[in-house]
Parts: sequence; C-alpha cells; structure tokens
Amino acid sequence: MIRDITIGQYYPAKSIVHRLDPRVKLVSTLLYLISLFLFKSISGYLIATLFLIGVIGVSRVPFSFIVRGLKPVIMLLMITVLFNLFLTRSGEVLFHAWIFTITEGGLVTAVYMAVRLIYLIIGSSLMTFTTTPNELTDGIEALLYPLNKVRVPVHEVAMMMSIALRFIPILLEETDKIMKAQIARGADFESGNMIQRAKSMIPILVPLFVSAFRRANDLAMAMEARCYRGGEGRTKMKPLRYRSRDFLAYLTMAVYVVLVVVIGRNVPLHVWIF
Amino acid sequence: MDMVQTEKLVFEYEKRDEEGNVTGTSRAIDEVDIEVKEGQFIAILGHNGSGKSTLAKHINAILVPTEGTMWVNGRNTSQPEELWNVRQSAGMVFQNPDNQIIGTVVEEDVGFGPENLGVPTDEIWQRVEDSLKAVGMIEYRHHSPNKLSGGQKQRVAIAGVVAMEPKCIVLDEPTAMLDPVGRKEVLKTVQKLREQKQVTVILITHYMEEVVDADKIYVMDHGHVVMEGTPGEIFSRVDELKSYRLDVPQVTLLADELRKRGLQIPAGILRKEELVEVLCQLS
Repeated sequence: MIRDITIGQYYPAKSIVHRLDPRVKLVSTLLYLISLFLFKSISGYLIATLFLIGVIGVSRVPFSFIVRGLKPVIMLLMITVLFNLFLTRSGEVLFHAWIFTITEGGLVTAVYMAVRLIYLIIGSSLMTFTTTPNELTDGIEALLYPLNKVRVPVHEVAMMMSIALRFIPILLEETDKIMKAQIARGADFESGNMIQRAKSMIPILVPLFVSAFRRANDLAMAMEARCYRGGEGRTKMKPLRYRSRDFLAYLTMAVYVVLVVVIGRNVPLHVWIF
Repeated sequence: MDMVQTEKLVFEYEKRDEEGNVTGTSRAIDEVDIEVKEGQFIAILGHNGSGKSTLAKHINAILVPTEGTMWVNGRNTSQPEELWNVRQSAGMVFQNPDNQIIGTVVEEDVGFGPENLGVPTDEIWQRVEDSLKAVGMIEYRHHSPNKLSGGQKQRVAIAGVVAMEPKCIVLDEPTAMLDPVGRKEVLKTVQKLREQKQVTVILITHYMEEVVDADKIYVMDHGHVVMEGTPGEIFSRVDELKSYRLDVPQVTLLADELRKRGLQIPAGILRKEELVEVLCQLS
C-alpha cells in the first residue's frame, strides 16, 4: 500500500524543471499555493490551470503519474466537497429533499474548493516529483538560513531531515523483517477489529523502536568519528548556485502572480459566463 | 613518534543499577600497551567482550582513557583541543555498514567527511573521485547506498574515511556482518589501500584468516593484551589461542595436528601453499 503513494516521490527525468535550483522550486510552489486563494473569478482559475498545465508539460512528468498521486486524498476531497455543497446557503435553491439543500452558491463553492484542493496537491507534488529529497533539504536549509540569527538550528534540522530520508527505506525493510519474524511465531496481524489490530502492532513497534535507537546511537558515533561538529566551519560538496534559468523561472512566476491577481480579481465571473 | 601508542591504558565502564546510581566499575581495558609504527598493518584479535572494540574507539577519541595515555600521531587523545586532529589522523570504519552511511547518494556520503573538515568544494570533488576509485566503487557514485550489497556498502564507508586523508585507518570488525564474498571484497580493498596510499591499518577482528598478512598481531582477552607477535609466532601457539576462544585457521590447525602426530612440520603455518610445500618435501 505504501508503494502506491506517489506524493513525495521523486520522478527522475531530464527536464528544465528538474534542473532548477531547489530554492526556486520551493518559493514558486509556495507562491502558487498562495495564489490559488487570491482570486475569485473563473478568469483566475483559467490562468492558474493554464500555468499548471504548462509547468507539467515542461517538467516531463507523465500526467497519469500525477493523477495517481491524488488517490490517497480522494476521501478528504469528497468530504470537503460534500460539506461545501450542503452547508453553504446562498443564492437560488437548486435542489431540496428532507434536510439536504443545494444552493447555487453551494455548488459554485464546492466546485471551486475541489479545484483549489486538486491544484494545491498537484502543485506541491510537482515540486517533489522534480526535486530529489537531498536538493529539497538543501533548499530548505538555504531558505531558512536567516532564521539562524534568531537561534533556530537550521543546519541541524536540515541534517535531521536528510538522515530521516536515508533511514526510511532501512526502517521499512526492518519492519518487514520483524513482521515476518512475529508471523513465524504465530502472530496475527490480519484479523480482528481496529483495536485488536492496533494492539497486535505492539510486538512490531517495540523491537522497531529499540533497533531505531540503536541505529541512531551507531550513526551518531560514525558521524562524530568523521569529524561532524555541526554546521560551523562546514563546506559544501554541492553548494547551491543560482543560474540564469533560475532567474528566468522567478520572473515567470512573478508574471503569473501579477496576472492571476490583477485579472482574477478584476475581471468578474459573468463576463466569462455570459 | 609512533602512529599509535598507548601507555598503561585503562578504561572503566560505570555499572549502574535501575535508578541510575553508580554501583561499581568494570574494566574493559586493563593496562594495555600497544605500539603501532607508521605504515604498519596491525591486527587486534579477540573474542566478544575482550575489549578490542573499546580499544579501537580510543584510537579515534570516541572514548578517552580513564587512566594511562593514548597518543595518536603524537597527539594525546585526552586533551579536548586535540580531538579533531586525532579524529582526522585516525579514521574509523565500523561494523554495521547501514549505520555509518550518512548520505542518500554514494558520492555525497563520501563527501561528508571532507565537508566536515571544511575542505573547499573543488577539492572535495577531487577527493571523492580519488577515494571512490581507490575502493573500486566509482561506477556506483550516483547510486543510493540502500541498493548496494553489504560488501559494497562497507567499501563506500572505507572510501568515506579515505576521503578525509587520514594517516591511519582503524577497522572495527568491518567484516563481521558480511557474507564470505563481501568479506573478501573488503579485505582486498584494505590490502589495495595499503599498497597505494601507504596508510597505517589497524584491523580489529575475530576472524584469524584475515590477519595472516599482518605485520604484528595483538591478542586480547578480558581487557588484557595476552599475546603479541608476528602471525607466525602467534599461530604457532595453537593451544593458547584456543584457550582464548579464537578459531585458528584450518590450515594451521591441520599442520598442528600433523606435527603432534610426529610429522616434521614447522609451527606457525598460515597458508595452504605453505603447507603443500612442506608436505611435498616430506619423504
């Protein structure tokens, strides 16, 4: 099941989006996510859609791969849509039965909300598809660097993130091993209700935690043995450097935001509908 | 000055009860004197709990002596201001390959040490390339360490140490978790490094087969150095080795048994070829 989730995965391909500086991608994604909530009219949605399609096209990540990433959040999406559909009361009543009422306003909000959420997910997963976890942590470290001045341990946090990423597959493998070992001793993880199943996880979690702590201890020792002493005085093997394409990307992003805000806010809905 | 030298080295663990109160101490290392000259290949043998790993951790200043002194490359490891110099001159490879690789890509892991030392970016790349070539892992530089075999992971770990350009490499049971193929790979790599870079190698192990090429062997038991000498000298004392729960290589064992039965075979035979030659000369 874990393998089905494509959110947060890296999709290796050779595209200009893949080659962009991770800082550009992080900032752009953030801007795009915010921009989705800055307009109210269809014109804004149109621009946001076109922009997203454009970026997907340039990134060379297959559309089907992106759609698969939406699967795990379908439930969340449905709930949001249903709530908006039935609970927003504004405008003409389109449908009424028992306690359920659908109004024109509700329908519009529900659709808009769904579109926003879908774009939100596609937008952010597009970043992880095109950026390796390492670049991502490097980017986050560089962007949050100013926080160092207010004593936020930025380097340490970034180091923890990258170590966590390195150990995810190892711990997954270990979970699998422990599970098999417990099954061999007659443990049952399949039957029973939710609570029973949760309880049967304990014999997996306890050894997993013990081994994780042991690993952490070993790793800390190995890092110290290799002269690790925090971020101070450390050089980088792969320092981040802006190139011309990165500035171009920033420019594109700025143009998009201006367009979306100016047109999306000022060109009203009915101009497009009627 | 010797590469590594200890003088009456003592290390004590504190024993604690369940509340964390100190109830006593136990000596993991008891008045150990060793001496390693530059460029030598030294092996430290011992069964589990003999204190050999504890001794290894002293060479890298992960542990500091309770009593006595340890010098690495002329520096006293007990002095905090020497800590990073000591760690740079003596690199350390640990037992578990998974728990010592920090990077998510092979080349980034090898670059981790030089990064910590503050080596300029261009030189890091140079060192990474050189050390990956030295261990024969250059074609895996862009791979994820998770997909490598145990022996390959261990070679990456060795490259990570080599990239820091230490004068001495301490290998703490580097082959204990590997299959026979991986074990051979790692030992061959160590051998090659010794020839190419003339580094001092201190190999800690309980596999006797791995130490036949050593310049000098120390055998440890219960925190003491109980035997020291060249492989020939050590392996000629088969019964003594057995009393320290060490497995003598099969060839040596066979030669020893034959000698006890009255055949004219010298003590301390280490390799198959040697035994074959000796046997052929018997009439």
